[in-house]
Amino acid sequence: MSPGAQIRNWLDDRFGWDDLIAFLKHKTVPLHRYSYWYYLGGITLFLFSLQVVTGILLLLYYRPTPSDAFESVQYIMTQARFGWLIRSIHSWGANLMIFTAFAHMFSVAFLKSYRKPRELTWLSGMVLLFLVLGFGFSGYLLPWNTLAFFATTVGTSLVGQVPLVGHWLLIFLRGGQDVTGATLGRFFAFHVALLPGLATAFILVHLVLIQRFGMSVPPRVEPEWKAKPPEQREIRFFPNFLLRELMGWYLALGVLGSLAALKPWELGTKADPFASAPAGIKPEWYFMFMFETLKLLPAKMWFMTGESLGVIAFGIAALLWTLLPFFDHERQGRSGRWAAGVVVFALAYVVALTAYGYMVMAK
Amino acid sequence: MEGKRQTRMGRTGWTGLLFSFALCLMFASPAHAQTTQNSCLDCHSRLDPPLQVKAEVFARSIHAQKGLSCVSCHGGDPTTDDMARAMSPAAGFKGPISRKQIPALCASCHSNAAYMRGFDPSLRTDEFSQYQTSVHGQLLAKGDTKVAVCTDCHGLHDIRAPSDPQSSVYPLNVAKTCATCHANAAYMKPYKIPTDQYASYTASVHYEDLTVKGDLSAPTCVTCHGSHGAAPPGVTSVVNVCSTCHIFQAELFDKSPHKQAFASMGLPGCVVCHSNHRIVEPTDAFIGTGKGAVCVNCHTRGDPGYIAAARIHQGLTELTVSIQRSDNILSEAESSGVEVGSALLELNDARDDLMKARVSVHNFSVAPVEKNIQAGLAVTQKTYKAGVAALAERDYRRKGLGIALIVILAVVIGFGLLIKKVESRNRQETQK
Repeated sequence: MSPGAQIRNWLDDRFGWDDLIAFLKHKTVPLHRYSYWYYLGGITLFLFSLQVVTGILLLLYYRPTPSDAFESVQYIMTQARFGWLIRSIHSWGANLMIFTAFAHMFSVAFLKSYRKPRELTWLSGMVLLFLVLGFGFSGYLLPWNTLAFFATTVGTSLVGQVPLVGHWLLIFLRGGQDVTGATLGRFFAFHVALLPGLATAFILVHLVLIQRFGMSVPPRVEPEWKAKPPEQREIRFFPNFLLRELMGWYLALGVLGSLAALKPWELGTKADPFASAPAGIKPEWYFMFMFETLKLLPAKMWFMTGESLGVIAFGIAALLWTLLPFFDHERQGRSGRWAAGVVVFALAYVVALTAYGYMVMAK
Repeated sequence: MEGKRQTRMGRTGWTGLLFSFALCLMFASPAHAQTTQNSCLDCHSRLDPPLQVKAEVFARSIHAQKGLSCVSCHGGDPTTDDMARAMSPAAGFKGPISRKQIPALCASCHSNAAYMRGFDPSLRTDEFSQYQTSVHGQLLAKGDTKVAVCTDCHGLHDIRAPSDPQSSVYPLNVAKTCATCHANAAYMKPYKIPTDQYASYTASVHYEDLTVKGDLSAPTCVTCHGSHGAAPPGVTSVVNVCSTCHIFQAELFDKSPHKQAFASMGLPGCVVCHSNHRIVEPTDAFIGTGKGAVCVNCHTRGDPGYIAAARIHQGLTELTVSIQRSDNILSEAESSGVEVGSALLELNDARDDLMKARVSVHNFSVAPVEKNIQAGLAVTQKTYKAGVAALAERDYRRKGLGIALIVILAVVIGFGLLIKKVESRNRQETQK
């Protein structure tokens, strides 16, 4: 018996390895003109894994105190062997991961993959999106440079606009009234412990649900898909779909590596809490649409500030978006068309406000 | 009947009361009063120049804002419309004030420390005594009324505080105020002094600092010439004013061979090389033996000063070029993504050394300049090496990226071929 067969037998005796392989061998993925969108979830998972690996490597050098944070990142960028590469992959990877997470979410929304029985998959995915944004927000402060410091000051002050609990939330996030070393400490804890723990749990839930329910076929192509012969309707997950997915992962790795090598992430200047905020301070692109909306709102609207109203509105919008499967539950019908309209509007709004934010900045 | 008569009387009474009230209002109005608050302005605002004084113009002046009025300077009785009474000597009216009387009139308040303390304790009260030492003051005392008196610079009824941007003596406006006379060739002809000072000053680096960079502390006419006296307070001569700001240069100059040489020839120190009004941004071309160098105005080829000037110029040029070379290579590395922050910071030390070298030029000796230049060159050599290393790192990264992309492409192609093989096998199995 070959060594491979011996190992397989050893694993099968203890873990039911053959049953797992049989399941994977029989697992299929629907094949239609929108199948390419299926790869986005896997690419997001791949990028998350890269973030974990590069994040652990950065942890070997990074020090989360105001006196050392910037200097430790500077050391990583200039002295540590391939430190510049690891840090740049981590920073670019974060942006790419958030982009693919948004793309994955919108593709699922457009293809209506959230419908019964996959409502929980959508819910777990939304939680993951919020966790990913939390990763982006908490990680942004860690280099402790000027942009990071003031972006966090502005971002946490907006959280303080939430009625009733806003002030408590602000104090909780900042660890005090202002952004200080306490903020850096707890953002570091969120970024390397709390959020990864929650993300791992929800990724497992998300993956289990996907395995349980399989991939959905979009309603608009379902008739033509069903009309195909069975052998043309699906491809095997293993190895056909997995090989294609691996190709996508390697291409994503190539893009990430090119960005990291050709445009390494900037170090910036060390944060000075006593300096005034740089003119034109802006958040990262994934928060830009919210930031611009709040800027466009009047200072006072009815009995509350424009910012408070904006924060509440975004909270309600996020809640309604998360509950989308429960509004669009008919196979055919009005609710479906309404939901499609809402998705188009949401995407257009996000893109337009983000572009507007950068246009205003360029002027 | 009794009631009706009473009603008729009540109505008449009310009517009469109302009529009397209206009459009172009419005659109580300012236009009809026998007494008035300021009859001076009431009349003089309606006259033609030069006797015209507009009320709104005076209201904006610092004197009006501090509660002073016409009588504070002119005397008289402002409460009456009667011109004879308002402008009578009995009422204290001083009559027309001649130009020769103006400084003393202003000084009657502005030299009274106790009085001025009530308005602003920080105000000087020696303007008149300073003025009397100036050329303007001395010529006025001899009877020349063409010279500037207080009102020529500060205004007449529209005097504003010097800190007011609309004041004629606000730093941005001082040169123009002085130029009213000093740039007027016809007016200044009897005095036989140049009238190109304003034109020269507006071409200077001091004027640029003041008007373009907005530095209100930059020198203007009064900074060097004094605002009332012949020179600023505490300075014996205009020639010595430069050292009040340019301290290091002045100290070095005082220790240099030029100090004695210039003094013996009666030459005015800094002005010899830098000019007095057209002071332009000094460049390294000032020193040396080439075009634009001031040294060759006195030094001839072969003399020690000529040789020293050439050597100093060469050193400054060498360091400037070296700094630029380092900056270029480090900027190239930085735009390629290599972190060179510490080298760029270190290069500032070389810039400091260059600045020190330029200041030490005023020693007019090679050794101190050379010391700073060598220190700067040591820094630029180090930073240039750092730049070369950074570019090498950039090339190494790009090579690594190229190799990685080739490997990734190979793997992707490998996966593609594997997919083809697997799916071909699947199709064969299906056909069977």
